[in-house]
Amino acid sequence: MSVADALAVRPGLALAADDEAADRALLDRLADWCSRYTPWAAADPWPHGFGLWLDVSGCAHLFGGEEALLRHLGGRLRRGGLSARAAVADTPGAAWAWAPGGSGSPCLPPRGQRDALAPLPMAALRLEPATVATLHGLGLRCVGDLYGVPRAGLAARFGRGVAQRLDQALGHETEPISPRRPPPDHGVHAAFAEPIARPEDIAEAVRRLLERLSGQLEADGLGLRRLEVTAFRVDATWRAIAIGTSRPVRAPAHLLRLLAEDLPALDPGFGIEAMRLAALEVAPLPPEQTGLGAGTARSDDFARLLDSLGNRLGFDRIMRLAPQQSHVPERAVVPLPPAAPMPALAWPQRRRPVRLFSRPEPVEAMAPVPDSPPVMFRWRNRTHRVVRADAAERIADEWWRRTAPERDYYVVEDDSGRRFWLFREGLYGADPPPRWYLHGVFP
Amino acid sequence: MSSPAELSRLRARIVALEGVGADAVPGAVALGLPELDAALPWGGLALGCLHEVTVAGSGSGPGSGPADGAATAFSAVLLGRLAAGAGKPALWISRGDMPYAPGLAALGLSPERLVMVQPHRAAQCLWVLEEGLRCRALAGVLAEVRDVDLTAARRLQLAARASGVPAVLLNHGPSGGTAVTRWGVESSPSRGDPALGVGRWCWHVELLRCRGRGVDDQGRVAAWEVEWDEQARGLRLAAPAADRAIAPGRLRAAG
Repeated sequence: MSVADALAVRPGLALAADDEAADRALLDRLADWCSRYTPWAAADPWPHGFGLWLDVSGCAHLFGGEEALLRHLGGRLRRGGLSARAAVADTPGAAWAWAPGGSGSPCLPPRGQRDALAPLPMAALRLEPATVATLHGLGLRCVGDLYGVPRAGLAARFGRGVAQRLDQALGHETEPISPRRPPPDHGVHAAFAEPIARPEDIAEAVRRLLERLSGQLEADGLGLRRLEVTAFRVDATWRAIAIGTSRPVRAPAHLLRLLAEDLPALDPGFGIEAMRLAALEVAPLPPEQTGLGAGTARSDDFARLLDSLGNRLGFDRIMRLAPQQSHVPERAVVPLPPAAPMPALAWPQRRRPVRLFSRPEPVEAMAPVPDSPPVMFRWRNRTHRVVRADAAERIADEWWRRTAPERDYYVVEDDSGRRFWLFREGLYGADPPPRWYLHGVFP
Repeated sequence: MSSPAELSRLRARIVALEGVGADAVPGAVALGLPELDAALPWGGLALGCLHEVTVAGSGSGPGSGPADGAATAFSAVLLGRLAAGAGKPALWISRGDMPYAPGLAALGLSPERLVMVQPHRAAQCLWVLEEGLRCRALAGVLAEVRDVDLTAARRLQLAARASGVPAVLLNHGPSGGTAVTRWGVESSPSRGDPALGVGRWCWHVELLRCRGRGVDDQGRVAAWEVEWDEQARGLRLAAPAADRAIAPGRLRAAG
C-alpha cells in the first residue's frame, strides 16, 4: 500500500522513514540484553528476518519454565515499548514458524513440530517471497503439503533451499545459533528479587559478584586482564562498563577500586534487575602466598597505580622505553607495556641526545668544507655559531628498507654552550644537494 | 635585641613550622657531589618534597622550553639518583615528546626502572602526579609542567609529605610554586681543547631557593659549574672555564 492510500484510509497516521541499519543496531542491542536469559543469544542473520534467537536449552527452569520465561521476556519488551511475539520449539525453524500466528500455547511440545507446522502457510518456512509464490502456483500452500513431495523433485525445481528449510524446521538438519558475543569462560551472574537503583546497592552487588568471580578464577589459577560489568535494566536495555589491568589480578578489593570510578556510568534507569560480570581476558596467575614480607605489598601498590592510570588515560599512554636493534635513532627505542619484560639488549654506546625530536627540524647551515660539521646554523630563528664539534657518525637505513639517503650526524656545541645533534642528509656534489636537520638536543 | 643566637633560634622555629627541617623529612638521597650535598640542609635531596628545576638565565626564550637539554638532563640525573637510591621504579610524566631513552640511560636513569606516562591534557598531568605521589612503591615522580598554581603545589606537597615520595617538577613555564628547592640549570661550554671536539656535558647549576637557607645578594643560595662524568656515571665539579687565548707555546709550535 502506498503512503497516499494509507493516509486516505487513516488520516492521522504517523509516518516514519524505514531505516534498516538502525533497526539492525537495535536488534543487536536487544540480543545483547537477551544474554541475561541465555549466553546463546543472537539477532536473526536472515536478510528478511527481524527477530532474535535465544537458545534456552537448560536455562528455562531458572525462570520457572519455558512459558514463564516467555512471559518474562514479553513483559520486559512491552515495558521497553516494543511489541513482540515469541515461541519455544525444538528447532529454531519451528519456533520461527510458530511465533507469528500460532494459536494456543506458544511452546510447542517436544517433537511436536511436525504436526504443529502442517497447517501453517508456506511463508512460515523462512523462504524467499518469490519461492513462496512459485510454490503457491504449484498448489503447495501449507507446510504440510511439502511432507509428501519427493525430495528429488523439490531439489531439482528449487535447489537446496526449500528442502533445507523444511529439514531445519523439522529437526532433520541442525541449525546452530551462533551467539553475538562468545560467552566468556569465566563469568558470574546475579538476578535481583527487586530491581536495584541506589549507588550503594549497585556497589555492594558488584562487590559480591567480584568475590564469586575471584573464587572461580583462583580455583583455575587465573587472573583478570579485562573485566566487563553488564547491568540489565527492567526496560529491556542494558549498560556495560569495562576495565583493564596491566597484569593479571583477581583481588576483589583492587578490582572494586578500579571499577569505583566508572560505576556511576551504570545508569540504573528504572532499576537494574540482573547483573553479570564477565572475564573477557584472563591470564595465568599462580595462587598467592600471603603474609610474607612487604615486598608483595609494594609491587601490588605499583600495579594498582598503573591500573588506575591506565583506566583513566588509556593503557597506550603508559609505557616503558626499551632498546631495539637498530642504528637509526628513531627506531632504537620501542615503547612497551609497563608489565612486559625488557629485551636483553644494550643501549647504544655512542653519545645520544636527551631529547630526540619526533620530526627532525630543517635548519639552514653553513658548512664551507664538504664532509665537515657546519660552522654556523640557524634554528628556530636564532643563529648559532658552532665552537666545537665531534667527528661525523654515519647512519644509514637498514638495507632492506633503504629509502632515505644516509645521514651524517654531528655533535656540535655553540658559543653559549648549548649542544645539538645535527645531521646532513645526502652527499655534497650529489643531486639533490644535501640538507641539514636538527634532530635532538644534548644535555 | 637581635642577637645571632636569637636569630638562629627563630630560624629553627620557622623551619620546624614549615615542616622541612632535617628531622621533619623522611630522609634524603645524596647527589654524590659533596659540594651540592653540603648546600642542602638535609645532606642530599630531601624525600617527600617537591623539587623544581627551571631553565636559568637567557636560555628560557619563548619556545625553547622542552628543547633545552640541560634542564631535562639535570632533572634526569636527580630522578636517576632517587631511583638508584631506593631501588624502586620512577614515573616520568610528559605531554609532549618523550625524552630519548638512550640519553637517559647515559645519565644514570635506567629506562628499565622508568615508566613513562603521556596524559592528554594538562589537568591530567597534575592528577597523574598526585596519584604517583600517593604510591609508596615509587622512588620518585618527575613531571614536565608549564604552570603550577599555589593551590595545586600545596596539594602535591601534602601528598608527597604523606607518602615520602619526592617529586621533581621540570618547569618549562614561569617559575612560582612552593617547591622546597628550586634549581636553575643552563648549558655551559664544555671544558678542554676545542680541537678535541665536544667535551663532557657541563652545566651551570644554581640553587635558586632552598627552604631553611637564605639567599645571597644575587638572589640565589649557591651556584656551581658541574660536569657529568660518563665513565663514573656521576656529577663532578668542572674546572674553571679555560682561558680562550691560545697558550704562547702552542702558538710557536704552530707557527
